[in-house]
Amino acid sequence: MSGVLLFLASFLASAVEGVEALTIVLAVGVSRGWRSTLLGVAAASAALAAVVLVLGPALTVIPIRGLRVVVGGLLLVFGLQWLRKAILRASGFKALHDEEAIYRREAAQAAAAGETSGASMDWYSFTVAFKGVLLEGLEVAFIVVTFGSNQGNVPLAAAGAVAAIAVVAIVGLRVRAPLGRVPENTMKYAVGLLLTTFGTFWAAEGAGVSWPGSDLALLVLLAFYAAASWILVRLLTARHAALSLPAAGTAAGE
Amino acid sequence: MTALASFGRFLYDFVIGDDWTAAVGVVVAVGLAALLVHAGWAGWWLPPLVVVASLSLSLWRGTRGIDAE
Repeated sequence: MSGVLLFLASFLASAVEGVEALTIVLAVGVSRGWRSTLLGVAAASAALAAVVLVLGPALTVIPIRGLRVVVGGLLLVFGLQWLRKAILRASGFKALHDEEAIYRREAAQAAAAGETSGASMDWYSFTVAFKGVLLEGLEVAFIVVTFGSNQGNVPLAAAGAVAAIAVVAIVGLRVRAPLGRVPENTMKYAVGLLLTTFGTFWAAEGAGVSWPGSDLALLVLLAFYAAASWILVRLLTARHAALSLPAAGTAAGE
Repeated sequence: MTALASFGRFLYDFVIGDDWTAAVGVVVAVGLAALLVHAGWAGWWLPPLVVVASLSLSLWRGTRGIDAE
């Protein structure tokens, strides 16, 4: 049961970060050329692999209770950040995340950054692609390493991440356009719920708590947080309407 | 800005994000659960309640300024 949740959490979180990274890579690659952009992607991927190779074994030597408190606490903080944004967007208080707007912004910045000759290295493309992939990838690496080590199944968490990145990359490269149709806000809401659920479970276990029903408590926690966030969305939506505020629309920010 | 300051800012944004109340709520939830367990009581029921309370507080803080507009 928790294996399915582990794969799902890793898959969804990685897919969200993958969409964000791909949007940046596509915008730079299409507007300035692919050679330097793909070199940036390759360099960032190598850096990420090094981080995982160093972090993974290091985490296994830390006592499991201490690890669960720290990792569970961090996942819980991330989950709450994602849930907060998703609830604010769902209730109209925050602009929806718009990958197409981000794509247009990145492409315009790339086009304005100056010409390069076809043969030389384009450091603008390399740097933007490297930074985008590295930052989004770090979040994926963190989730994979921590989820995997806590559940004692790093390969399953890694499989979820690899599957997500593969799906996002294949779809993105086929359409050669931002993945605007991917319901990213809904995915972020789901990932926020999963991170909050796992984070609560592990952090509390690390603090010495015994959950009734053991792993089954994960499903109860998930249902509890889903219900609570649904109520919060309804309350804020009603408040938004009562204040007669205009819809927040879409934005290119994170 | 020095590299250390840049890294500090990155770390703050990575962990704390837009609102520090979530991070404080997590520390309170885990700390209180540990105290309950240490006192010999069941502590499983407390963290979810503190987490939802901290999320509600964070949302209230994030939207209260809009009332004044």
